Amino acid sequence: MNRLRAQGLSLGYGDRLVVEGLDLEVPHGALTAIIGPNACGKSTTLRSLVRLQAARAGSVELDGRPVAAWKAREVARELGFLPQVAVSPEGIRVEALVRRGRYAHQSLLGTWNPSDEDAVASAMESAGGSDLADRLVSELSGGQRQRVWVAMVLAQQTPYLLLDEPTTFLDIAHQYELLRLLRRQVDEGRTVVVVLHDLNQACRFADHVVAMREGTVVAAGPPAEVITAETVEDVFSMACVVVPDPVTGTPMVVPAD
Amino acid sequence: MSILKVRLRAGHVLRIDARTAVVCAVLAVLSLAVVLAALCYGSGWDRPGDVLAALRGEGPIRVSVTQWRMPRVVAALVFGAALGLAGAIFQNLTRNPLGAPDIIGLDAGAYTGVLLVFSLTVASEATITLAAIGGGLGAALVVYLLSAGGGFSGLRLIVIGIGIQAVLTAVNSWIILRSDLDIAISASVWQAGSLNGLDWVDIDAPVTVIVALSGLLVVLARPLHQAALGDELAVTSGITLPRLRILLVLIGVGLSATVTAVAGPIVFIALSAPQIGRRLAAAAGVPLLPAALTGAFLLTGSDLIAQSLLAPTMLPVGVVTTGVGGLYLLWLLTKEIRR
Repeated sequence: MNRLRAQGLSLGYGDRLVVEGLDLEVPHGALTAIIGPNACGKSTTLRSLVRLQAARAGSVELDGRPVAAWKAREVARELGFLPQVAVSPEGIRVEALVRRGRYAHQSLLGTWNPSDEDAVASAMESAGGSDLADRLVSELSGGQRQRVWVAMVLAQQTPYLLLDEPTTFLDIAHQYELLRLLRRQVDEGRTVVVVLHDLNQACRFADHVVAMREGTVVAAGPPAEVITAETVEDVFSMACVVVPDPVTGTPMVVPAD
Repeated sequence: MSILKVRLRAGHVLRIDARTAVVCAVLAVLSLAVVLAALCYGSGWDRPGDVLAALRGEGPIRVSVTQWRMPRVVAALVFGAALGLAGAIFQNLTRNPLGAPDIIGLDAGAYTGVLLVFSLTVASEATITLAAIGGGLGAALVVYLLSAGGGFSGLRLIVIGIGIQAVLTAVNSWIILRSDLDIAISASVWQAGSLNGLDWVDIDAPVTVIVALSGLLVVLARPLHQAALGDELAVTSGITLPRLRILLVLIGVGLSATVTAVAGPIVFIALSAPQIGRRLAAAAGVPLLPAALTGAFLLTGSDLIAQSLLAPTMLPVGVVTTGVGGLYLLWLLTKEIRR
């Protein structure tokens, strides 16, 4: 049963519409990758799923109820989000930052019960941040910092995780490390939606690919069905050849010239 | 970094940063020491033993300690804490150490409100306080509207605030120049920011207001610090951001404008106390309690200096805070601009 969907969704900034009449269904328990050229509205769409962008028309619904109608704390226990650029408070240490992920679960005074402690410890463990606990976030490398942010969102223990271009500032090894981490979350029963630029990574790690162009969904489905030479040329206006990935057999896009 | 764990019912634990706790305790002790010293100081220094006796209701200097010195010291303590809290609120909201009500025009706006009441209607304690809060909120609204699009954080709001501060300061001077001589004299004395001559009847209402607003902050401290993660993560981790901001602006303006209404604009405490407290506690973001305690310590200390420096002439405390704080602001500006 798919819990999160958008219907007839239009989004915009000022008097400019970025997304128009978009229908999107997020398959439950799967990893969905949203791909598309720059400024096609994929980040805006993702932000609207977590209530950061109000719908001009249509709606985003979680469990059949518009997300805008949910209470902030309730929806924060269902949908976790990592923005493209996150700012850390000056002077904060890693463990303290990860603990901020528990906000929606805690009482008014911010007391900690054993389930909060477990969530923080396991989030640090699975994101690979345990050895960084006492470090200042500002002193970490880009790869380490992204692990800490992911740990913070994991500590929120939401069934849904949405990430906006989480690999952008990472080197290739850290990119794959992060994608494997997201894949593990799906294998453990979570649903992940991620905006990605690299089509080959999307094909390798996603169960479901949504290809967008100029604010609409061009194609959606399993990578093998969506990532074809025709669709890629249609979406990115770039001639290419699609061959099987030598390691996984998933589609691999190679530019034609 | 060690954490003090306070065990509550049913496995719930309150986590308190050990260093912050120590810093707060030390600041509290230092503030009380200054309070005791200030209670000893009148036309000359009295012996602490006589002052303690006076506090018990005995001895020759009972009246001057409990009726003259005490209200002034309590005012310095509470107003200093209020300014520290107001500064911490706005520095957290703007995510900038320059985002204090005395820099971004809110205190100047409060003062404009008070001057208008002085020159247009009959001034009473209630109308002055309301006018100060109204003027502060008005200035906050103008600053926010002019920086709209840039959002709450960032240098844009600060720079516009500094501009509004300059404009309002000019407006305030103009109002003083246009008004009758007696009003102008009392207004310009007051403009320096002073605790001179404060009596219990002057401070009981403001102190009550400040205590009540600080009580609200106990509940809002967590969302305030959570919002320091940026607008996006604040919303997706469960905060209703517009409501939180309105409440915090109301409380922040309420705290600093209440002080301004009684004592005039005492500058630089709200700017410097939160940052000093933050550095002492080595904490994340701008913590509230160290800001309040640092503010209380700074203002009680500054007021003692103001009274004793050129005795028997009493300086307005604002002169001392300006002298010390001006240097701090210069240092901070050069540091921020380099960044």
